[in-house]
Amino acid sequence: MKLNNQSVKKLRKDFPIFENQKELVYLDSASTTQKPKQVIKSIVDSYETTNANIHRGIYDLSQKATKKYENSKKIIAKFINTSEKEIIFTKSTTESINLLAYTLPSILQKEKDEIVLTEMEHHSNLVPWQQLAKRNDMKLKFIKIKEDFTLDLEDAKNKITEKTAIVSLTHISNTLGAINPVREIFKLAKKNNSITVLDAAQSIAHMKVDVKKIDCDFLVFSGHKIYAPMGIGVLYGKKELLEKLSPFNFGGDMIKSVTLEGSEWNTIPERFEAGTQNIEGAIALGEAIKYLEKIGVNEIGKWEKELTDYSAKELNQIKGVKIYLPKKHSGILSFNVENLPTHDVASMLDDYDICIRAGHHCNMPLMKKLRISGTARISFAFYNTFEDIDKFIKAIKEIMGKVK
Amino acid sequence: MKHNDLNERMYKEHIMELYKSPNNFGELKNPTHRHTEYNSFCGDEVTINLLVNNAKIKDAKFSGSGCVISTVSSSLLTNKIKGMKVEEIKKLSKVDMLKLLKIKINPARIKCVLLPLEAVMGALR
Ligand SMILES: Cc1ncc(COP(=O)(O)O)c(C=O)c1O
Repeated sequence: MKLNNQSVKKLRKDFPIFENQKELVYLDSASTTQKPKQVIKSIVDSYETTNANIHRGIYDLSQKATKKYENSKKIIAKFINTSEKEIIFTKSTTESINLLAYTLPSILQKEKDEIVLTEMEHHSNLVPWQQLAKRNDMKLKFIKIKEDFTLDLEDAKNKITEKTAIVSLTHISNTLGAINPVREIFKLAKKNNSITVLDAAQSIAHMKVDVKKIDCDFLVFSGHKIYAPMGIGVLYGKKELLEKLSPFNFGGDMIKSVTLEGSEWNTIPERFEAGTQNIEGAIALGEAIKYLEKIGVNEIGKWEKELTDYSAKELNQIKGVKIYLPKKHSGILSFNVENLPTHDVASMLDDYDICIRAGHHCNMPLMKKLRISGTARISFAFYNTFEDIDKFIKAIKEIMGKVK
Repeated sequence: MKHNDLNERMYKEHIMELYKSPNNFGELKNPTHRHTEYNSFCGDEVTINLLVNNAKIKDAKFSGSGCVISTVSSSLLTNKIKGMKVEEIKKLSKVDMLKLLKIKINPARIKCVLLPLEAVMGALR
């Protein structure tokens, strides 16, 4: 579907929040996206028509719920070009990364004791690895970012060595919108037999993500950033690696047989899905992806970039506004306003019903590197229009007038 | 909708004016009490200088880098406590601070309002 200001206005009707909040200008989709009625309806449908626990009931209702759950996995698997055997449902990106940080040590080689991340990681792709490093006496290394906010590939070559056990990085920076050269970095990692992890939280809804092309061992994302509900996330892992990993959570459904003395694990992916799952969330995530694919993820990315470039052009014309935008970027734009702390910018825009994010964006080390305490950040989804940006720019100008 | 209703706005004229030219900004030459308080949420930092004599505040100043709300709150609080007894200051609460500002505060920003009060309490401890 071709996206332009007109077609987007039609698609916006799918999102009840814009009907209920007529003045709302939502520029915080990197934090969480709004939900289309197709997804909301799917949640209601699950409870109203197929509510039962999965994998357990002999009866038809449970079979129906199981089928919808399994089908959602197929949709997700196809979306990232893999098999449903390699899709594990979790709560979120954060939980997926924690699962890896706790289970990967069982398959790491002894002589490899370094974890390579980048200077732009979200705290959720940093803190779990810091803890792993502490537990297992490993070392953390960070690929530097350059003046133009891109990753320093020369530095990556120095940091990724035969001692590197794990390379984990974000596909797109949640603060700067930089699209990272993940294939190049993972090639370096593979040359050194390192495990590769991709944090796709910020890319999954905005560009084609193909695990075969990227060639990563693991990939993680959150449903709520791709038009699906909160509390559902995904961990993709290569089958041969998942089979070797020991489980993270123990309990029901992840076992094949249990005696009082011990248990035998279920096959993958169920081995990693202990206990009752967020079934309606999992099903709704499949619906969200179906919805998004009808529009086309590449088309969405193009439209969001157009909105971002227009915003950058408008902001650049305002004296006293500094923007932080790498050349190769997605629909995320960070900026600062002279003489106005970022939290005030966000609060003042809230007076206009404009939602933006302010602060360190769970990126404190990056802020330190840029020598700022935070940024104001706008981020787009396909439902944003040029009118949204015009209202935002007008409000920024008014706000700046107040501190003159 | 919010922006049509001026009463709902946080950033009213009197707030912005006070932010641009706050009262009591700076350091005292010979403070008897001094304390710095931080707000990790937005990186604000407020330092309070007090001159206490006979259990009363003779003079008060504030400094540091803050957002609009904490700057205005500091300015209003330092005005208010000048001449007050230390014992009375220790009874000041969140409600008193909100009364001073005379605006609706978004819950996410309450910390910014309270930061100078915490700094004063810290100084008097
Ligand atoms: C790049 C990145 N990684 C991880 C996360 C964490 O996602 P969640 O809070 O859904 O676990 C975010 C969310 O902001 C993110 O932007």
